[in-house]
Amino acid sequence: MGSIEGLLREVRSLDATADQASWLSRIDPRATILATMAFILTVVSFDRHAVAALLPLAFFPVVLARLGDIGLARIGRKVLLALPFALMVGLFNPLFDTTPHLELLGQPISGGWLSLTSILIRTVLTVAATLILVACLGMHRLCAALDRLGVPRVLTTQLLFMHRYIVVLGGELGRMNLARELRSQGTSTLPLAVYGSMLGHLLLRTLERAQRIHQAMLSRGYDGQMPQVGLPLSWHWRDTAFLAACLVVLAWLRATDPTALLGRWLMGIAT
Amino acid sequence: MSHHLVEARDLGYAYPDGHPALDGVSFTIRHGESVAIIGGNGAGKSTLLLHLNGVLKPSRGEVRIGDFPISRENLAEVRRTAGMIFQDADDQLFMPTVFDDIAFGLNHQGLAPAEIEARVMRALETVGAAHLRSRPPYRLSGGEKRAVAIAGVLVMQPSILVMDEPSSGLDPAARRRLIRLLAGFAHTKIVATHDLDMVLDLCQRVLVMHAGRIVADGLPADVFADADLLRSCNLEPPLSYGTRC
Repeated sequence: MGSIEGLLREVRSLDATADQASWLSRIDPRATILATMAFILTVVSFDRHAVAALLPLAFFPVVLARLGDIGLARIGRKVLLALPFALMVGLFNPLFDTTPHLELLGQPISGGWLSLTSILIRTVLTVAATLILVACLGMHRLCAALDRLGVPRVLTTQLLFMHRYIVVLGGELGRMNLARELRSQGTSTLPLAVYGSMLGHLLLRTLERAQRIHQAMLSRGYDGQMPQVGLPLSWHWRDTAFLAACLVVLAWLRATDPTALLGRWLMGIAT
Repeated sequence: MSHHLVEARDLGYAYPDGHPALDGVSFTIRHGESVAIIGGNGAGKSTLLLHLNGVLKPSRGEVRIGDFPISRENLAEVRRTAGMIFQDADDQLFMPTVFDDIAFGLNHQGLAPAEIEARVMRALETVGAAHLRSRPPYRLSGGEKRAVAIAGVLVMQPSILVMDEPSSGLDPAARRRLIRLLAGFAHTKIVATHDLDMVLDLCQRVLVMHAGRIVADGLPADVFADADLLRSCNLEPPLSYGTRC
């Protein structure tokens, strides 16, 4: 819990990158969103035992990060946070699916291990792409673009509010935790009940704040409809070109399996 | 100018848990008056303010703005007339950028984008915050947040400005700027505050609240001279009176 402030700093720093002028920031955010969605669909469309065929897809997040001027190391750290969840999903696959699928250095590899690896690779790829998307666009432009793409405003508004108030609530949690630490005389482990009570307090404070925000909205004429946010977007030929290039490369990777091609080519040289 | 009259008649309000917050509050504030509402913590100041633009509905009595009781039909009109500045600016700055936040109320009036742009920039210049227009609210300092929150209300051109603790948490320079800014607002001002020195600078009339009632209503000089009254309401005379301890 000591790293709450650190986590908030990360949220802010992710936002700060969105203000940078990169090549990608000149592309219509809708094109970037659609390209990322196409990428995610491509990743999940592979067979559940696919491992080698997924690897070339890593080009997409790498290129996207490059175009958006975002350091892969920073994204990598955040991807690690998502991995335990993916691990939970695939943890028991090696136990249930023991049929050997291929041999690696004379060792039979079961389908379960393959699908677990596949799940982990897919998680890394999709989470990284999504994080890069958010870091490139910033929540504001992302939501404006989602709105123009026809996502219900109720959802984009919730995203915006969550993003706006996660910092405020995180700050409250951080202060509460600091107060607890200062009074707990250096003992870092406390009964679970204390944490339960803290979370309960946080929930109540959150509800109260939500109520006050709603009152502030009502005071300023809110009638159930959120106004459109952000500047108007305009689609240029280069947005079409960017999206088309992404789709073509993704379709090619999906259809041809370049890893296998490379393998066959190397084998051809060797023999 | 009866259309900017603010009148409370025997106002009563109890929170859903039964705790009474207002108990028979009555007053009339005329157009252009600058009125402070003072009182200890939990005296009912914030609850009273939330009645003045119809966010809370009284369980007894009524609030009249411009000679009409607040009702469902005139609620939108009332909220445009009475602009409310909240105690915690974070509650009020909910849009992703300063510009969007100030434009929030205007967007609900269906104005043309060019008109919205012009009015937002004018409001930002009034509070001296034009350079903040594309910043996200959470990256502003406390004083900047307050200035932007005020701009978001001023942009609606309200005839009545209702403020909950506008000077709390500001450094002395920001507080002084705020006082100057508010002094320049020619219409009705209603300020709930603990900052009694600001009251002296800004208000011609003081309502003292205690336990959900109005216990005094008069000139600041008269109210602040009554040490017994102030003590009984958990208050002290302002610093500039020099009569403490």
